[in-house]
This record gives sequence, structure tokens and C-alpha cells, in this order.
Amino acid sequence: MSAYETVIGLEVHLQLATNTKAFCGCSTKFGAEPNSHACPVCLGFPGSLPVLNEQAFLFSVKVALALDCKIQGLVKFDRKNYYYPDLPKNFQISQYDMPLSYNGSLEITVKDKTRKRIRIKRVHLEEDAGKLIHPEGKPYSLVDYNRSGIPLLEIVTEPDINSPDEAYEYLTKLKSILEYLRVSDCDMEKGSLRCDANISIRPRGANKLGTKVELKNMNTFKGVRSALEYEAKRQESILEDKGEIAQETRLWNAEKQITTSMRTKEEAQDYRYFPEPDLVPFVVDKDLIRQARESLPELPEAKLNRFVKDFGLSEYDAGVLISQIDIADYFEECAKGYPNRKTISNWITGEVMAVLNDKFIGIKDLKLLPRGLTELLKMIDEGAVSGKMAKAIFAEAAETGADPKEIAEKRGLSQISDRKLIEEMAERVIKREMKTVNDYRAGKSNALAFLIGQIMKESRGKANPALASEILKSKLGGG
Amino acid sequence: MKTIDKAVVKHVAHLARLSLSDKELEAYSSQLAAILSYISKLKEVDTENVPPTSHALSTLKNVFRIDVLKPSLNADDALANAPQKEESFFKVPQVIEGK
Amino acid sequence: MENLYSLTAHALKELMKKDGLNPSKISEDVFGRIEAVDGRVKAIVRVNKSKFSNTKSSGKLSGIPILIKDNICVKDEETTCASKILEGFRPPYDATVVKKLEEAGAVLIGKANMDEFAFGSSCETSCYGPTKNPWDLGRIPGGSSGGSAAAVAADETILALGSDTGGSIRQPAALCGVVGLKPTYGRVSRYGLIAFASSLDQIGPITKDVEDAALLLGVIAGHDEMDSTSVDIPVPDYTKSLVKDVKGMRVGVPKEYFIKGIDKEVDEAVKKAIGLLKSLGAKVAEISLPHTEYAVSAYYIVGPAEASSNLARFDGVQYGLRADRPEDMIDMYVKTRSKGFGDEAKRRILLGTYCLSTGYYDAYYLKAQKIRTRIKEDFESAFKACDCIITPTTPSPAFKIGEKTNDPLSMYLSDIFTIPANLAGIPAISIPCGFSKDGLPIGLQILAKPFDEETIFRAAYTFEQSTEYHKRKPEL
Repeated sequence: MSAYETVIGLEVHLQLATNTKAFCGCSTKFGAEPNSHACPVCLGFPGSLPVLNEQAFLFSVKVALALDCKIQGLVKFDRKNYYYPDLPKNFQISQYDMPLSYNGSLEITVKDKTRKRIRIKRVHLEEDAGKLIHPEGKPYSLVDYNRSGIPLLEIVTEPDINSPDEAYEYLTKLKSILEYLRVSDCDMEKGSLRCDANISIRPRGANKLGTKVELKNMNTFKGVRSALEYEAKRQESILEDKGEIAQETRLWNAEKQITTSMRTKEEAQDYRYFPEPDLVPFVVDKDLIRQARESLPELPEAKLNRFVKDFGLSEYDAGVLISQIDIADYFEECAKGYPNRKTISNWITGEVMAVLNDKFIGIKDLKLLPRGLTELLKMIDEGAVSGKMAKAIFAEAAETGADPKEIAEKRGLSQISDRKLIEEMAERVIKREMKTVNDYRAGKSNALAFLIGQIMKESRGKANPALASEILKSKLGGG
Repeated sequence: MKTIDKAVVKHVAHLARLSLSDKELEAYSSQLAAILSYISKLKEVDTENVPPTSHALSTLKNVFRIDVLKPSLNADDALANAPQKEESFFKVPQVIEGK
Repeated sequence: MENLYSLTAHALKELMKKDGLNPSKISEDVFGRIEAVDGRVKAIVRVNKSKFSNTKSSGKLSGIPILIKDNICVKDEETTCASKILEGFRPPYDATVVKKLEEAGAVLIGKANMDEFAFGSSCETSCYGPTKNPWDLGRIPGGSSGGSAAAVAADETILALGSDTGGSIRQPAALCGVVGLKPTYGRVSRYGLIAFASSLDQIGPITKDVEDAALLLGVIAGHDEMDSTSVDIPVPDYTKSLVKDVKGMRVGVPKEYFIKGIDKEVDEAVKKAIGLLKSLGAKVAEISLPHTEYAVSAYYIVGPAEASSNLARFDGVQYGLRADRPEDMIDMYVKTRSKGFGDEAKRRILLGTYCLSTGYYDAYYLKAQKIRTRIKEDFESAFKACDCIITPTTPSPAFKIGEKTNDPLSMYLSDIFTIPANLAGIPAISIPCGFSKDGLPIGLQILAKPFDEETIFRAAYTFEQSTEYHKRKPEL
């Protein structure tokens, strides 16, 4: 065990999946022509005024409830003033001293399988900034305000996280909950989910926290973990050398797997927060909270327990299935049409997820729908296809979305389970392979496998091997 | 309440992204000092348990917009006033991230 | 026949209806008047000839010329707030009030001069140079809506829109001898009004008489879903309040407004006016608004603080001025803003930034908001005992151009009587109530409860119809 304790706090920014921006009616869709999803409000043109998107507010309340937060009775917005070209008004509408919600928590499972509660300091609603582009080799930057004004939820933990693995676990769990709530597409690549981290270390047992370093520019959860691992080691070696850790912001360089200094906090930021006079206060009454609570879906924890209890899955398998709401939904859809849940689970956690990982797609983009998968499983049970064939059919169905039965027919992959046909083949093989037949009768057990192999050859792989074995045994008598 | 001196005015000017000549700095420092000294009469009022008013109409609450698309400007209109642009981007001096 | 430009909107409506007056005649007449006098008054920064023919025949203001203060956005028309920093800015949208005016058939003849970003009480901080008071071209017209008020007084327009953050409609109306109304906060949409102090700003009419003010308010008032602070209550027909009768009306006269330092002629004129209302049957009683003396201080914290944030967007990125050859991004901000803003704008930005900065927020901004609560409570309790409150609009008639430019504090104190209404969000009007020995107009201010513009109109109309002050015209 290291002589130092790592102290980590995480700050997640989440774009909410509303149709329109937080304070105007512009689209939030990703990937449009630059500055085409912009209007006087989100461009910060003079005279324009913000009006809050109700859906963004409700989504925020849902997240707050799912994270066990206290909800502020009276919510107000504040202006955070600073100059930056991606910020069209040079202030961000955010929340300062009365965030939408506070004092929540999220339980994670840590190394030794024990549970640990990570306290959530606050969840508040704000607006996203535009996007800066730095054309390579050019002495200027370009600004696109399509992202400006998209509702952004900031979820901040207390410094309760004590290792990069815990941070990874927290993020995975948080993302899964957010996906369950369907409040965001949580796509880190598109920037709909972003994570910054604060990390400090201190000698084990010390009361005082070490100097905090802020880490930015991590684009995956694994990146967060690696950046924290790197940074903890960097700080340790500074302390080992009796050096001093600078309070600064550092950028994660995923290519080189190091962090580099971005700015030192010589000049403290002065954001000059004050209540946003263009918005009125928002009262969150009991009715609204009750409604939001009633609209909460089954959350991952509850789903896991149900899968174990109702479907008899192992905790591990259930854990894999519930890790993404879309996978859980896929599983449940399959479970409606096929009784052996363990088999479904094996296929999803095995074949299906392998394909998803291979193609970097989500299960929603998988062409093979749950009905197709259950159909395939039924074909196996009926002996219409072998396990091996089923995998080939699956691969094609996953690619094209074609019906498994049709694939089997088209490719001639249907298994021969016709007793008469296999009997004929068995007779031919027995006649041809007398030597092996004698070996078999003499008690050589691997002789049977050879004979079955010959039948498979004869049938070009289509004979039902179980049936072939049964027929051979009965024809050869005993064995 | 503290008074204001040239150093403070200079700092505040930086926060507001303004640069002041020596003459301006001199003039603003003394004018702001006079204004702030006048303003300091607010100290006379006991506001211990008085709630702040940020909106004159305290009855106005929960003003929302429904989440329905409205037409945006087209990019040409959005950029029509831009001092500098490139394609459909606003163009600015090079920004070094974090600075 | 009188010149058409000297008439009121309601008189012109009559002429169009009864005598079949061609509305284009009105515009032509007004345009001629502008040509003749604006070289001296300098009330108008841009005449908009293209919109002259744009008349809708059926609206409430069909064919009536109106001048718009240059901080209200008109689509595709240059809108600058009389600031270099917005040079050439053509908003791709209309302010809500502009839409309403166009629907009502009004003819938007151009943009009125103003103090830069509405910072000022004299119209001297405009980047276009000062507007002159039509009653004495050596004097200021008041501000910040000085161009609007001077143009109405000089008959360069029939109607005008101003905006009022601390008196910017009422003070110039008083100093130019016209009618100016600041509606209740939330009565008129602020969408498209380039913000000075969002929690105080309100657009309102500047007109030749009370009836026109009622007519114009009726057109521009109403709920707007684009403005979260606009209130969704029905707009009454204000012209129904134009009743010459104040019998039994309870009029409060706050003792804190008749202080040492108020001009003697103003004091006398206002007291005489109160006497007249009393003789017409109003019940006049002295009242107290104890926190009045703190209003200016609170205002010069809240106003500049909000302004410092509202004006942060003028940075040369998306519109308006951009300084040449900046070294980097920060340099571009600093050079653009230092070049684009005038002295008073910089002063207010500095003051507001200071009041919000770390360590000062509680002492200044928060304190000012608490004082605001006190001032609001003063009015709430006063209105339990009276229907309206009458005060002078300004402590003195128009001062000389240049007289106060080097003494910002004394300039700020000229808004001492108008500021409380903005802090409390209540409606207030200024109407002419006399003239000084030098022939300078004096204004009377009438305040009422939130959304009770009707009482204001009734009191103002009664006074106006019992006097001749509103009929006097400056010689130009």
C-alpha cells in the first residue's frame, strides 16, 4: 500500500437530450452546419432574452431525485461572468448559491466487493458554451455557436473518491443511471458527457488535504482513470522529492499518456455571480417532485435485483446486462419470447456484445432484433441448426438484419435432423470404414467420434451430430 | 465599506476588459471614490433580516417555455454582422485554450 | 389649418376618419419638419424613409409617425444605442414593441438620439453628440431618452418610444414639456430592448398629451412569451381611463420629495398643481416614503452592476466594432471595448464590476437589493392609504449643456425623484405642470400601484384638461 492517500472529486457535465436549447427554441441536434442552430438568444445578440425550457428543468429534477439529492424549494439562476469567445454573452447562465439540488449520493462497489457511498455535492442546470475550432497552422480561431445554450447539467461529487478505479466505477455507474433516465445520450465522443477531475494526495492519516490539481481533456472513462493514475504518481514523486505541488489545471494527453500544465492559478477567477435578472425564480413544490418521482424508471440497481430474482441469472450476468439500459431492454424483449433466460443471457453477453464491441455500435444499432435472436435460439432447440451454424447465422443476421430462418435456408445451413437420411449415411460410412467399426467394437472410444465426423463430412456439416451419434450407436450395437 | 484606489480601479478595469490611460485612471479613481462615498450612506439602514429583491414583481414565478423547436436564424443572417468570418464560422484572433 | 406635425395622434386619427386625411400627408409633413428643425435640435440619429410608405390601413395607429429610441431593435435597421461599439449593427430581429407598432399600422420614421446605452440624464453621452432642448438650445433635453422627448416637443414626430431605467422617460419628458410614462415593470415586453439594467428597464410612450400616452401604451403593452419577466394579465382599454374627474381620489404627497435643494420654481409649480387637483375634488394628504434618500445609492449599485454584465457581450466577436490588428484575443477585447465605449459607459461598467467583485458583493449589491425591498415596502404601505402619489419629476428644470459633465455624482442626483419607481417596479408618468421664469418646462410626476396605470391616466388627464401647459410649443 502506498504511503499516500489519493483524494479525488469529479465534475460531470451532461448535455440534456431536450429537443431545444435551455433558453431558446433552437435545435440541440449534433453535427449541423456551423451557426445554423443559432438565434439572437443563443448568439447573445443585444436585446434578446432567455426563457427556460421546461423539459430541461424536469430532466434536471429527475436526475437529482435519482441521485438522492435534496431539491431546492426555490430555484434561481445566476450569471457567471467571464470573457471567452465561445461564450456569446460573456456570461454563462448558471446556478451559484441556490443550485437546483444538493446533498445527494451514489453507491459504488469497490475492490473488495464492499459498497461505498460517494456523496454528490450538487447538481445544477446551466447553459453550454459554443465550440472553438483552431485550424491547423492558422493564426486564428473559429467559433460555432450551435452548441451554445444547450442545457447542461453539472454533477459534482464531494472529494470522496480514493482511487482511479473508484473514479471509473463511479462514472460507469453514474452514466448507467443517466442512461436509464433517458435524459441524455451520454455520448462522450460527441461531448454530451464530459468529465473533469480534481485530485490531491496526502500522507496516509493526515487530516489536511493536499494541493488540488484540476484535470481536463479526458475523453473516455478509461482516459479519466489513466489520467488520475498518472497524476497520482506524478504528485507522489514530487512529494517524495520534497517538492511542492502547484495548484493548477493540467490537460490529459491521451496520445502520450501524460498530463501537462495548462495554467497556474496565479490569478484567482472572479466570476462576479449575481442573480440572473432576465429569469424569474422557480418554485419546486411537492406536486412537481411527486410527479417527477413517479416518472422515474426502474433504476439499474433495482433491475439487477429483479433479473437475479425473477430470471435466475447470476449476479455477474445480470450486472453485465443492466450496465446499459438498451442492453437490458433488449434482454427483456427477448425474455418475452423465449423461456430459457440463461441462454438469452449467454448469447447477449457473449455473441451480441462481441459484435457490438467489434463494430463500435450500441445495441440499438444492431440489425438483429430481439425477435430474430429468440427465433434463432428456438431453431437450436428444435435441432434445426447446430450451435456452430447458429453462430454463422447470427453473424449474418447481425450484419444484415435478415430473418435467421431465411438465412439458414438460403445458405443451406439447415441441420439435417431427418432420421432416415442420417441412417442411410451411417450405413454407407459403416460399410466404408470397417476398420474403425472394429476398433469401436473393440472398445476404442475415440472411434465413434471419427465415425460421426465421417457422417458430418458426408452431409457437408449439416447432419445433427447428436442424432448421428445416436443412430451410429444403435446400428453398431452397444459400445 | 472600503474605498477605492487606483490599484483597485486598474484591477476592475482588467476584469471588465477595459484599458485606461493614466489620465482616465486618475479621473475614474476620484470619481468612483466620490460615488462610493455617497453610496456608503446605505450603511445607515439596518437590513439585518430584510430579504433581497432581485425582481420588482415578486409574484412572477415559474415562467417556462415548452420544448418545441422554433426556427433558428440561417447561418448567413447569424453571421451578417460579424466583423470577420470564414465559411459559416465567426473568426477571431487565435485562442490558446485555457488562456 | 394647423400644421399636421404639431397635432396629436388622436387628433390626426379624427382627421383621417372624419375628413379623409391621407396618412401619407402626415408623414410628409413630419419629414418636412425634421428637415427644418433637426439641424438645431439633433434629436434624430437616423431617418428611415423606406418605412414611410409602410402603412397598414386598419390599425390603431394607422398612418401615425413614431420615433423609436435607438436602443430598441428594428429588424435590418441600424441600432446602436448611440455607441460607437455598435456601429453598423443591424439586428436580424424586431423588438416585440416594434412588431406591435407595425401591426397597429404605425409609421416608424427613424431612431432617436439618447445617452450612450441609456447611461445619462442629459443626452450628452451620445456618440452622435448632444441633443438640444427645444425650449432653449443651450440646455440639455434630459436623458437618456432625450432625443425622443426633444423630438416630440419640437414636433419632429407625433409619438415616440423611450426606455426608462431610472427616469430616462420621465426626466426628459419633464424637461421638454411633454408627457412620458414608465409603465409597471413587466407591462411591456423588453424583448429587443438592448438592456441597460434588466431588472429596472421598461419601454414606454413619450407623447404630446395624456390621451396619446394611453393610446400608445394600449398598443405596446401585453404579455410576450419571449420575455420571462413580462406579465400575463389582460391589457385594459386605457382610453377609458381618460375621464376628467378626480373627485374622491386619494392623493399622497410624500414629504421626502420636497427637500432642501429642490428648485424653488419647481417646488411652487408642483404645489400649485396639487392645489388644483385638490380644488377638483381630490383628497390630498401628506405621506412618508422613509427610504427615499437611499434610492439613488441603491440604484447606482444595481443599475451599473447589471449593466456591467449586460454590456460584456460587446466584445467585437459577433457584431459591431472590432479594433484593428489585435495581438491576441484578450487584446481584441480590451482594444475594442476601450475604443468603443464612451466615458460614462466605462464609468458605469467599472462601478458595476467593482460592486459585484469578490469581497464587495455583500456590501454593495446584496445591500442594495435589501434597500430595494425597503423602498418597495414604503410604496406598498403608502398605497394602502392613497390611490396615487404626486411628486416633482425633477429637482430643477433643464440645466445647461456641459454644466454637469465633469461631476457625475451631481448628474446622478438629477434622477433622485424618478429612481424609486424603477426600484419598486411601479408605474409613473411625468406631465407638464408649469414653466420657469426662463420659460423652461416643469414636470409633475404621478405614481400608482403596480398595473394601475389607469389611475395615473385619470389623474393626469384631469390635470391636463384643466390646464393649458401641454398646449404651449417651443419657438424654433
